[in-house]
Amino acid sequence: MVRESNANAMQLTPGAKRTVRLKIKRCDGPGKPSYWQSFDVKVAAGEGANIISALQDIAANPVTVDGQRTTPVVWDSGCLEEVCGSCTMVVNGHVRQSCSALLDNLAPVDGDVVTLEPMSKFPVNRDLFVDRERMFATLRRLNAWVPIDGLYDLGKGPTEDPDTQQERYVLSTCMTCGCCLEACPQYEKETDPAKWDESFVGAFAIGQADLFNTHETGGRLKQKRLDELSRRGGVSDCGNSQNCVKVCPKEIPLTKSIAKMGRAVTVHQIKKFFTGK
Amino acid sequence: MPMPQHHDKRAIVVGGGLAGLAACVRLAEQGVPVDLFSMVPVKRSHSVCAQGGINACNDIARQQGYSEWEHMDETLYGGDYLADQPPVYEMTHWAPRIIDLLDRSGVPFNRTMEGMLDLRLFGGSLYKRTHFSGATTGQQLMYALDEQVRRAEAEGQVTKYEFWEFLSPIIEDGACVGIVAQDLRTMQIRSFRAQAVAIATGGCGLVFGKSTNSVMCTGGAAARCYRHGAWYGNPEFIQVHPTAIPGADKCRLMSESARGEGGRVWVPRRQGDVRDPRQIPESERWYFLEEKYPKYGNLVPRDIASREIFDVCVNQGMGVAGENQVYLDLTHKPKEELDRKLGGILEIYEKFAGEDPRVLPMKIFPAVHYSMGGLWTTFTPEERAADPIADRAAGRDRVIGMRYGAPNTMMTNIPGLYALGEVNFAYHGATRLGANALLSCIFDGLFAGMGIANYVADEAPDVGATHQSVFDDAVKREEALVDRLVGESRSGESDATDNAYKIARELGVEMTAASTVVKTGPRLRQCLEKIDELKARYAKIRLVDSGMWTNQNLSFTRNVGDMLVIAEAIALAGERREESRGSHYRTDFEERDDERFMKTTVARFNPETARPEIEYRDIVVGLVKPRARTYGKVEATVPEANADKTPPTGENPYSDRSVPREGTSDEAKRPPTPTPSS
Repeated sequence: MVRESNANAMQLTPGAKRTVRLKIKRCDGPGKPSYWQSFDVKVAAGEGANIISALQDIAANPVTVDGQRTTPVVWDSGCLEEVCGSCTMVVNGHVRQSCSALLDNLAPVDGDVVTLEPMSKFPVNRDLFVDRERMFATLRRLNAWVPIDGLYDLGKGPTEDPDTQQERYVLSTCMTCGCCLEACPQYEKETDPAKWDESFVGAFAIGQADLFNTHETGGRLKQKRLDELSRRGGVSDCGNSQNCVKVCPKEIPLTKSIAKMGRAVTVHQIKKFFTGK
Repeated sequence: MPMPQHHDKRAIVVGGGLAGLAACVRLAEQGVPVDLFSMVPVKRSHSVCAQGGINACNDIARQQGYSEWEHMDETLYGGDYLADQPPVYEMTHWAPRIIDLLDRSGVPFNRTMEGMLDLRLFGGSLYKRTHFSGATTGQQLMYALDEQVRRAEAEGQVTKYEFWEFLSPIIEDGACVGIVAQDLRTMQIRSFRAQAVAIATGGCGLVFGKSTNSVMCTGGAAARCYRHGAWYGNPEFIQVHPTAIPGADKCRLMSESARGEGGRVWVPRRQGDVRDPRQIPESERWYFLEEKYPKYGNLVPRDIASREIFDVCVNQGMGVAGENQVYLDLTHKPKEELDRKLGGILEIYEKFAGEDPRVLPMKIFPAVHYSMGGLWTTFTPEERAADPIADRAAGRDRVIGMRYGAPNTMMTNIPGLYALGEVNFAYHGATRLGANALLSCIFDGLFAGMGIANYVADEAPDVGATHQSVFDDAVKREEALVDRLVGESRSGESDATDNAYKIARELGVEMTAASTVVKTGPRLRQCLEKIDELKARYAKIRLVDSGMWTNQNLSFTRNVGDMLVIAEAIALAGERREESRGSHYRTDFEERDDERFMKTTVARFNPETARPEIEYRDIVVGLVKPRARTYGKVEATVPEANADKTPPTGENPYSDRSVPREGTSDEAKRPPTPTPSS
């Protein structure tokens, strides 16, 4: 993924204060118009200030650069360790988690401006907070689970060679953040849930289909997943821009999964044509 | 397979982390429809943050002489004998089955060449008993359960209410019959009926301001149950991890392996020295751990490390740049060696601190990590024959566990209201062993989930017949609270300079200073006065945002009120407990006092005074007798006169180790410190 270098931060004198201006695209609720507001925050170098701490400072004193007292900016966040996916937003034009967006790197000079926008591929709930329910709905549709026989004590699971485990592990670090969808030219915003099934599923979903198809028990639902990926909005809708793999914060080899699932879908369709099942 | 269906009966689970999700799957399997409430999409719950692993006895450790009994013994010893013993027995004995279930569910556990589950060594044990999945075990376990819940959701057994906040339990004739909750987007407040309600909302790290916890770990849900009459057990027991990366927004863990690989802890000798650390000569650096503990140096046990770092910064004001931070220095090590041995953790530091720890010393400070205390819960003890394999080290024929399926399992003092996972006080006693948290959460969901299903089927009152006015009144009470907060913000023209964010920050600073690593009676009394002041200010604050769409300001402000309630219970219970035990260290009472305090603290909220009332309950023992918790510290004196000997242990025919198992030598075999999960 793209990360700014720490070179800027290394030049700063620890503890030195500077002002960073946050220019934030705001929206009061679904269907309401967007507008911009700017806030200044004081930042001390070398203290790990990030977008989150800046937004927290604004919440404690929500006054714009014009001196206008306003409402605290609304944003989504959780773990702040880049493992839950909540705080994803568009920072200076690039989609990423805001918790790992450090101001010493992004805005090292006094007066630097950082622009924050909500992701554009999901309906805005308010300000920087978007509704990603479509991603979870896609996981339901893809049967993204291992169909175990139940919670009873039924002994050990299937053995697995370490290489396969490593492949699955990387796929399984997908935190449903949506970066790959924001960067994808084929993935479009769709506010009507009735149309979700016909629209492109996106790279994360193809990676998850790969994850479960690769597991011995998970693979028992392979045909169902390939059926879903064969439909309109399935794997063939991918335009091969390869943006997904560039923005994935977990460096998941999504294009590899897309290629793999693409081949599997082709074989699945040919088999279906000849056998009817 | 056909399951009994209870169409007219349902359960509510609040919280979608490991404990809540495990309970959902269990209840769904038992044919009980579940309404699952979470402030965040459940897949984003705090359980994803756990890195280290999950403990369980396993085939290899067993053949080396380990057993479920030993796992139990380590857990009780680590917890300084504050935990009721039968629940710990049951949890550790279920652990291998839980690993099997997770394995079957597709968790990508690390593998050996043969394709078996790989294991790692964790603190508090001599045996490899920790299963792991890369550096994100919590995330991987969470996802496996999240997937099973999604399956139950697709089958219509689970209904999710994500971005909904639990506001209060609804209690009628002494039993819990439902909840009031608020949609955090539309801000609609409504009631939900259920035969049983399970709270699985995790810890309360935000009470301490910056902690290692996620932003929703305010303790708000627990506080709301406590305010409605649920008892709160052992509030004063809060685990502090010695090495965290202080951030501007939160603290993130730095693994102990940095010290293990030669990291040196120091501060500038001159107070307020703000020079670049690279410019400070060796003679002007104070390596305080090496100076005070020549034998252990930087690898003193974690609780000691935490206390010394805390003392240097908070009491002596010697922290780097006058802040609460010390250097953890690896820059004297060759870069290629650092990359080879510590690559992963150094990258985490680089990502969040923005500095290269190969070039500049890391800045670290202890951080609040886990709440051992929580809602008080009960269980049904069950005496049974010892297991010839799992209990071979017990040296006894009979053991005491928990009865599986008993409806009161992990029930609070309010019938029908349960607490699961970190939000309850069971299992971990006075401090928690590393890699036991994931286990206790999943165990609670699966084990207590069966009890909840039985309660719903057999014992719950006829909730369907409860008059609607009970639910409507509960909603009105919560609406009135919102109206008061919002109304105040609309009336009055005076400048609103005070707000919940400021109060939360002050509370965090005060609680961290007075009630974490080092405590004293006078300081805790001062802290209680500060909490009173903050409560008074809280009563007057106005909402910064009075809008009625996705008003995070309202939710946060409400949670700050709850954090003050929990903080008071934590500080008061800490002030009353005049001893040192596990995470609770009092410089004015440095010894463990089993006579007076080997007891569970129970805090009850008095609605008349709006204050906690503290009392003590006897601990359920019967399996092992308390020993001094020294972890082989050479200078420690073991009060043999008081310390009952460990029950004699059986011979282990498979053991290829000769481990002395009597008296002090038993202590000596243990590694220097328990490992809080990392």
